[in-house]
Amino acid sequence: MHDTPSTTELIDAVQRYLNDVARPGLTGHAAFSALVASNVLAIVKREIELGAQQRTDEKSRLLSILSADDSEELQSLNHQLCEKLRAGELTVDTPGLLEHLKTTTISQLSVDQPKYSGLKPSED
Amino acid sequence: MSKTTAIDEPLATWAKESFGPDAAIVDLKRLSGGASQETWSFDLSNKSQITEMILRRAPTRPASTAQTEAIGLAKEAGILNALSGQSVAVPTVIHLFENHSILGDGIVMNRVHGETLAKKILRNPELEEARKRLPKDSAIALAAIHQVPLENLPELPISNGSVQLERYEAVYRDYGQERPVFELALRWLQDNQPAPLPNQLVHGDFRLGNLMVDENGLASVLDWELAHIGDPREDLAWLCVNSWRFGQSDHRVGGFGHLEQLLDAYNTQANTNIAESEIDWWEMLGSFKWGIMCMTMYEAYRSGADPSVERAAIGRRVSETEIDMLNLIKGLR
Repeated sequence: MHDTPSTTELIDAVQRYLNDVARPGLTGHAAFSALVASNVLAIVKREIELGAQQRTDEKSRLLSILSADDSEELQSLNHQLCEKLRAGELTVDTPGLLEHLKTTTISQLSVDQPKYSGLKPSED
Repeated sequence: MSKTTAIDEPLATWAKESFGPDAAIVDLKRLSGGASQETWSFDLSNKSQITEMILRRAPTRPASTAQTEAIGLAKEAGILNALSGQSVAVPTVIHLFENHSILGDGIVMNRVHGETLAKKILRNPELEEARKRLPKDSAIALAAIHQVPLENLPELPISNGSVQLERYEAVYRDYGQERPVFELALRWLQDNQPAPLPNQLVHGDFRLGNLMVDENGLASVLDWELAHIGDPREDLAWLCVNSWRFGQSDHRVGGFGHLEQLLDAYNTQANTNIAESEIDWWEMLGSFKWGIMCMTMYEAYRSGADPSVERAAIGRRVSETEIDMLNLIKGLR
């Protein structure tokens, strides 16, 4: 398998092209789309960097909350979590649940929108 | 370039019919617009008088099957007329085109000057005094909207909290996305629903982006396409949803004010007694709805209806509403 250039290098190259070459020559909606495209590549890069570890951690938390078998897939565990929340079997008062959801959401945002204001909750 | 030829002739004909043979349309230009609606700016020149106007226009009516809550321009015009002269500044309707052979549906309104970009309203130094007035201005405007007699209004959809909760749950289930935070928030919303208040006119999208602000404060309330009959707390809380604080999270009201300021002024003006705790439920519903609206925009990408990069990217903004809902739940325990 060839990994030179690496996936990240390839994405970097496209990002630089979008930011340094394409965007300065565009106006209006096309310029906006190019900015969004560049931001999407930044999401992809962060997911490549963080995603695998985040999924491993999420799974181990879910195994503990659901007392489930290690052989279950992450998607199946989240399906079970959703069913139990919907049925009211797990609630905000379930030990560890809120902490798990918060950690999972913060991880997701560290990929999706690391600067989102909701990551620093207000005192109001 | 903007194609003005298609609409300049019918506008010129209307101007002469309405204002006399000397009336003419000048400086017609397109300001913005998506697939379904366009906004045009022009001046009506008559003898030596110039009147600044705006045309909001929908060239074709959306198909009745479209999943949209938009009420249409004719009803928007009806609402603006009903609010004319009340304690809420709205554009003045000059003319309504209905099903015009070239223009489609359109509202001609007077052109109001001010800032609509949220980031500028929240940060520009020349709007500092205006920002201080905005919580009270918003409260007075909302009280006036909510107090308009329902018999003065066109027929509008009726949609209170429980109707919206059911509808948005159905949309969420339909997409088949399984998101634990949405399940938790949904359960919380179902278990903690406050008793409904009597039905009133609700703007439905009262937030920065749809409010025009000048150095004196709130200059005009725009974009009435999501107006409906429902619970007035929906408008008060929608303004508080973190997505509409545009980064200024420490100011719960729109990024510019505090809830106590908004409610004090509103309760005085509307002669109500709405408590901060009532806003929590509606703010949660607001984040829940906005998250599902983001899923809906992503759904247009997934289905192939709109293959743009924007529609793909907005699917990754759902997590923003998840942290907002978790912060709300945590603050309420």
